[in-house]
Amino acid sequence: MSALLAIEDLAVRFPSGGGLAGRLGLRPLPPIEAVAGVSLALEAGTTYALVGESGSGKSTLARAIVGLVPVARGTIRFQGRSVAGPGAEGLGALRRDVAILFQDPVGSLSPRRTVRSILAEPFRVHGVAADPGREVQRLLAEVGLAADFAHRYPHQLSGGQARRVGVARALALRPKLVIADEPTAGLDVSVQGELLNLMNDLQARLGIAFLMITHNLHVVRHVAHRMGVMYLGRLVEEGATAVIFSSPRHRYTEALLAAGAEPDARAGGPAIRGEVPSLIARPPGCEFHPRCGFALARCRTEAPGLTAIGTLRSFRCHNPAGVAAPGAPAGA
Amino acid sequence: MAADILALRGLSVAFETPGGRLHALRDVSLGLARGRVLGIAGESGCGKSTLVSAVIGLLPSNARLLGGEVLLDGRDLLAMGAEEMRAIRGQRMTVVFQDPMTALNPVLTIGRQMVAIQYRSGASGAEKRRRAVEYLARVRIPDPERRLGQYPHEFSGGMRQRICIAMALLLKPDLVIADEPTTALDATLELEVIALLRELQGEAGCAVLFISHHLGAIARLCDDVAIMYAGEVVERGAVRDIFHDARHPYTRALLTCDPGRIREATRTLPTIPGALPDLRRPPAGCIFRPRCADRDDRCAVRPGERALGPTHRAACHRAQELAPLARPVA
Amino acid sequence: MSAPASDDAAAAAGGRAPRLAGLRAVVADPMGALGLVMVVVVIAAALLADLSPHNPVAMLPRERFADPGLVHWLGTDHLGRDLFTRVLHGARIALLVALSATAISLAGGLVLGMAAGYGPRWLDSALLLVFDALRSFPTVMLALALVTLTGPSLKAVVAVVVIATLPGYGRVVRAQTMVLRHAEFVLAARALGAPAPRVLALDVMPNLIGPLLILVSMDIPVVITIEAGMSFLGLGVRPPTPSWGTILNDGYAFIRESPWPAIAGGLPIVAATLGFTFLGETLRDRFDPRLRREG
Ligand SMILES: Nc1ncnc2c1ncn2[C@@H]1O[C@H](COP(=O)(O)OP(=O)(O)OP(=O)(O)O)[C@@H](O)[C@H]1O
Ligand SMILES: Nc1ncnc2c1ncn2[C@@H]1O[C@H](COP(=O)(O)OP(=O)(O)OP(=O)(O)O)[C@@H](O)[C@H]1O
Ligand SMILES: [Mg+2]
Ligand SMILES: [Mg+2]
Repeated sequence: MSALLAIEDLAVRFPSGGGLAGRLGLRPLPPIEAVAGVSLALEAGTTYALVGESGSGKSTLARAIVGLVPVARGTIRFQGRSVAGPGAEGLGALRRDVAILFQDPVGSLSPRRTVRSILAEPFRVHGVAADPGREVQRLLAEVGLAADFAHRYPHQLSGGQARRVGVARALALRPKLVIADEPTAGLDVSVQGELLNLMNDLQARLGIAFLMITHNLHVVRHVAHRMGVMYLGRLVEEGATAVIFSSPRHRYTEALLAAGAEPDARAGGPAIRGEVPSLIARPPGCEFHPRCGFALARCRTEAPGLTAIGTLRSFRCHNPAGVAAPGAPAGA
Repeated sequence: MAADILALRGLSVAFETPGGRLHALRDVSLGLARGRVLGIAGESGCGKSTLVSAVIGLLPSNARLLGGEVLLDGRDLLAMGAEEMRAIRGQRMTVVFQDPMTALNPVLTIGRQMVAIQYRSGASGAEKRRRAVEYLARVRIPDPERRLGQYPHEFSGGMRQRICIAMALLLKPDLVIADEPTTALDATLELEVIALLRELQGEAGCAVLFISHHLGAIARLCDDVAIMYAGEVVERGAVRDIFHDARHPYTRALLTCDPGRIREATRTLPTIPGALPDLRRPPAGCIFRPRCADRDDRCAVRPGERALGPTHRAACHRAQELAPLARPVA
Repeated sequence: MSAPASDDAAAAAGGRAPRLAGLRAVVADPMGALGLVMVVVVIAAALLADLSPHNPVAMLPRERFADPGLVHWLGTDHLGRDLFTRVLHGARIALLVALSATAISLAGGLVLGMAAGYGPRWLDSALLLVFDALRSFPTVMLALALVTLTGPSLKAVVAVVVIATLPGYGRVVRAQTMVLRHAEFVLAARALGAPAPRVLALDVMPNLIGPLLILVSMDIPVVITIEAGMSFLGLGVRPPTPSWGTILNDGYAFIRESPWPAIAGGLPIVAATLGFTFLGETLRDRFDPRLRREG
């Protein structure tokens, strides 16, 4: 089976800054790895949800796929063609087929352009559609905005309205893959429902695949076919959504899902304690062990390998949840 | 209520647009008592951010104040001069804006910005830096010392949002206004930020106005809730009133749409049919009537707020009649 | 195609409202209002210079050093030329130099600054070196060197002004571009596959215009003094063409005979410089408080 998007061992590095000395190169710090060896595959016409800690590299991964940040290691293949990595030719003509929806609803719209000009841009850039004006009207209707929004400037939109304009732009050229960085952040639940239904509908009709980054686990549960959980630049657990929700294996996944569960009353403190580790000083062994309530001695020294159970799921944990004997080596 | 640190009375705000006057807030009344947390939820575009701008006196230039009062400790902010208002902002009340990227200055390092906002305090530069580091750590930014030297674009979306929260809390205000402060945070961090807000609120006794689309977060953090629709407050009350005994059809529809309440995984999510009315020509009568499943003849007249309990109020003719909303089995 | 046309119309309509609001804000400030009046007077002088019944270069030896009166509002100079008319025509030269030089500087600064801020690192370093080298060269020496090569002329004045002011624009544009480069709306345009020139022209440049206009209004007084100064020193426009600098120079030479030529040359320079400075500072304070500290 050839996936629409296949990522192998992808890494992205950033210079780590570090004050004046770092900037002057006096005390150069090693670069940080915001994405540190991620592999995942996305089938055409499906939705893959990427969740995980804030700052764990989700947006960076998304940007690497569309070529906005350089790839330090690994390969990205789109429709079987290598778009990043050794011997890659770049997205080139495939640009039309991959759209990205950014995290910041207002900030991703050009402040001095009207909604109309923003939405006409994809058609102009790629020289398609004889009448961008009509396409703009169609797109606005598709995301549930009235036609006269075309004349507004981004700062005259509410957060949710700006988000819909962003979605309209991403869908403009009918891409095969839409990478959506928190598409429903800032939407009320009804509009969120409309947007997800719209995405679902487009997927059913046109076979669009979505790589969706989100913090809203309910959304993941309802719409994603597969999901991946990121922690400190790595995918710590990955698999079919229903499977992971019903029995998370990695302890971080477990804590994350518990925190996301709807409380009936106000109860429960933070699910994970301890400091968020820094990318500069990655903990040795399993990188989650300083915050993990189930850490074993070997978690401190030995990085857990990948445990894969068919294509259904895989995870990296020495002491996974839901496995009878604690401390027993996790096997398939 | 004299104890209210913030009270809105009949606040009405409109925007001048090429297509006519857009009524973003109509006759909004709300009270936030000292030391409490008030949550506001509602449809995208219903005027929540406009309400925040009106309270802090930073409405865009095309906005028109059509009437009402914004009382901070009984003093009308709308009648205040610009100088006085500036002294209140950032000292007595601070704001976490909805858009974390545009709220931070892209050409200055985080450290400089966090020190600069403390300009009213007499502390030394080193002390201000220390406080900045302390608060970055409190919102769980790793390596706060080193991070002070970085620029906003070098942080992830959630980190920028946490920086904004740190900056708002750093000043120890009496009132924190937070416009969707947790949208870019993962579930565990969201809990931590909520716990932090709670903790600070307990420590300093400050009041919090918390705007969010995440009903679960509101249920966790808030004491009181107001539900807004199309520029009006349609229902308000204690958390329990809203989440367990919602009486306004819009509140009920909103709760029904919350994917967190739907146990079975479904790819088709419930929505409220119809769209937000054109705020330039708001319909006569009840504002929610065109989309309301429970409407009847009385709804042609605009309903006033009805008291349903000590603090529970809903602007609906049928508020007393509607049966309690069935809760999903947990 | 109707679509682009209405795009532009919408942009213009949207752009007009804030600009009007800006004008109102400027007028509300007494300093801004004064500056605006003075600037308008200078511009009107330049535009209406031909309405004067006198010829700015016609010599009337019998009327040398006339005091101000009904015929010669500001009196006459050592050659009997009507000073008021010469001042009006001098405004023309001053504004011509100011506008053409600033336009060239601005265009150059935009192109080079955006290239430095958006392009590869080596290009940035190279352009920065050029900017700094140009800026560290003393203006007077530059002017002398250039005039030695080409002879005094209006073009030499413009060239000197461009060289003196372009690095400033370039640096501001570069700094802003580097910030905008990371903005998500620019990333969005890049992700769409828009080529760099398109991104720069449609997404980056519109956001640079505001700060640049403020800078321009603060630079114009400098340009006016450079032009007057060079003409005063005989490095600028050649007599008998009237420039405020040459009028002032003549005035100094004959200050014992009559103070009026010196006053007629000096006053407009002071007035125009102050007018543009007031206007510029008001604009800056209203719209870009950030520049205040650095300015
Ligand atoms: N341009 C950059 N320069 C330096 N560091 C960067 C840059 N962009 C991102 N980073 C760092 O890389 C890490 C991952 O950031 P990223 O934006 O991918 O996180 P994320 O998973 O999307 O988080 P969030 O959920 O908060 O949006 C963070 O530590 C961030 O500070
Ligand atoms: N400057 C403006 N000019 C014209 N209309 C505006 C302006 N700012 C906001 N609006 C409109 O006013 C209404 C209320 O906007 P507001 O930003 O307050 O909504 P909101 O409740 O915060 O929405 P969201 O949850 O999506 O952020 C919206 O319909 C919006 O389009
Ligand atoms: Mg992100
Ligand atoms: Mg808002």
